[in-house]
Amino acid sequence: MSLLTVTGLAKRFGGLRAIDNLSFEVEAGSVHAIIGPNGAGKTTLLNLMTGIYRPDAGRIVLAGRDVTGLPIHRWAAAGLGRTFQNLQVFFNMSALENVMTGRHLRERCALLPSLLRTPALVRAEARCRDDAAALMRRVGLEAYVDAMADGMPYGALKRLEIARALASEPTLLLLDEPAAGLNATEAREIDALIRHLAAAGMTVVLVEHNMRLVMEVSDRVLVLDRGAKLAEGTPAEVSGNARVIEAYLGADIGAPTEEPAHA
Amino acid sequence: MPAAVTVSERAIPVASARRVAARVAPRWRGLALLAGLLALLPLALPNNYFFEIAILVALNAMVCVGLNLLIGYAGQISLGHAAFYALGGYGSALAAARWGWPVWASMPLAVLAVGALAWLVGRPTLRLKGHYLAMATLGLGVIVSIVLANEDQLTGGPDGMTVPPLRLFGRALQGEPVWYAIVAVALWLSVWLALNLIDSPVGRALRALHGSEVAAETAGIDSARWKLRVFVISALFAASAGALTAHFAGFITPAKASFLHSVELVIMVVFGGMASIWGAVIGAALLTVLPQFLTVFKDYETMVFGAVLIATMVFFPRGIVPTLARWIARP
Repeated sequence: MSLLTVTGLAKRFGGLRAIDNLSFEVEAGSVHAIIGPNGAGKTTLLNLMTGIYRPDAGRIVLAGRDVTGLPIHRWAAAGLGRTFQNLQVFFNMSALENVMTGRHLRERCALLPSLLRTPALVRAEARCRDDAAALMRRVGLEAYVDAMADGMPYGALKRLEIARALASEPTLLLLDEPAAGLNATEAREIDALIRHLAAAGMTVVLVEHNMRLVMEVSDRVLVLDRGAKLAEGTPAEVSGNARVIEAYLGADIGAPTEEPAHA
Repeated sequence: MPAAVTVSERAIPVASARRVAARVAPRWRGLALLAGLLALLPLALPNNYFFEIAILVALNAMVCVGLNLLIGYAGQISLGHAAFYALGGYGSALAAARWGWPVWASMPLAVLAVGALAWLVGRPTLRLKGHYLAMATLGLGVIVSIVLANEDQLTGGPDGMTVPPLRLFGRALQGEPVWYAIVAVALWLSVWLALNLIDSPVGRALRALHGSEVAAETAGIDSARWKLRVFVISALFAASAGALTAHFAGFITPAKASFLHSVELVIMVVFGGMASIWGAVIGAALLTVLPQFLTVFKDYETMVFGAVLIATMVFFPRGIVPTLARWIARP
């Protein structure tokens, strides 16, 4: 059963068809990569898939619920968690509070108990703190549980965003270039983390430039070119596809790409 | 969207870990210190004039603590908080003097009515991105001060109106020492409520909106809803202080609602330190006391406030309390 169904999605900017009649499905429990050359429409698709843009046409159904055109904050309730290519960490908080904020929809967030700091709220906060700390350990951030977010290195912040997204207990996790700006070692750690999440049953949509990461962790790959689907299939099928090789991958698919940081 | 951060600028985990570890306790340490200070201050006040200044400081600090929730934590500016402050006073005065309500009931009534007004103004404007709230509250402030000055049948016009005293158990509460006690408790409660709010799921949602609105919304935080709520809360703080002011002074004039007063309140918050509850208290205290000692400059008070704002922006844009805190925390 597909967790995410995108049907006939279209977005135009003036005369430019950024996304043109795109349809695809993401199976529950799979890792689905979206790749494409620069300008293929990945960012636009991502913004459509997270509520930042409204599509001109088409539907997005997440876990049986039509989320097309909902405001951003409603997508989280529908089960979407995401990270950002350019970090969107709350630098005015501690790392732990960042993850606790991810639990916004899972905690009772009421004004009066918060103002009066009722015993029930204090207990709920303690639980929330423990849950957030456990999540930080899960993504390998145990060393930063007590750190301020603005004191953490870049690679750790990338993982902090993943922990924050996981905190909302999403059914679909959308990772926007999780390896961008990371060195080879850090990229491999993210690789391992994504496999780990997938093994635990998380459905992951991965938008990534790092081809090695994509080929290693993905169950299916969607190749975009000029806003339309160029190819879709297993990593092996896609990397063997002549149109894909011509449009995007070039001849040296096997070699790890040394993408410069997109930060 | 804020620019991405490079590794080198941010790699100072040890110092920041200490900062967090030291964060939980200061809440109560600060509240105890404030309680002690408020309790001991009367011993240092030689006469009623100084009591009056202390009362004024506490009332302004109350408004600023609320306003700072809006400016420092929700990232929105209100240029009409003086209107909420004045309406709290006028509302309670009118309900008590014209309609015969007991003051213990007229004060909460006026405060709640001001909250409803803030909700009406905030609801349409806070749905929009950008500083529409500043514009709307600026307009509201101007309208309120004109109405208060012109409706002389009701408000006494530019000359103001007398306000009945607060009575409890059949006794009128009058005199500076009594009122000092009342506003000291009110200020302490305001700070306590504000500190509670900031360190709660609500406070995190607000700080998240300030940190990254798109990430906050992605986490399911409805930015319009929470901005509106904190705006209403900040108006309630202002109205409470306004109602207390009116019943303390026994008199109220439309000057309380002036645009300049709104700007002064914003300057107190910015000077003290945005997103710092203690900054709001200290900013209000310093900028309330300063003009009292600069009576020679009476005519230039507005200019002094302007100069303070410019100096703050140039020399310590984070505000005086966060700047000092960093300065002291630096090893």
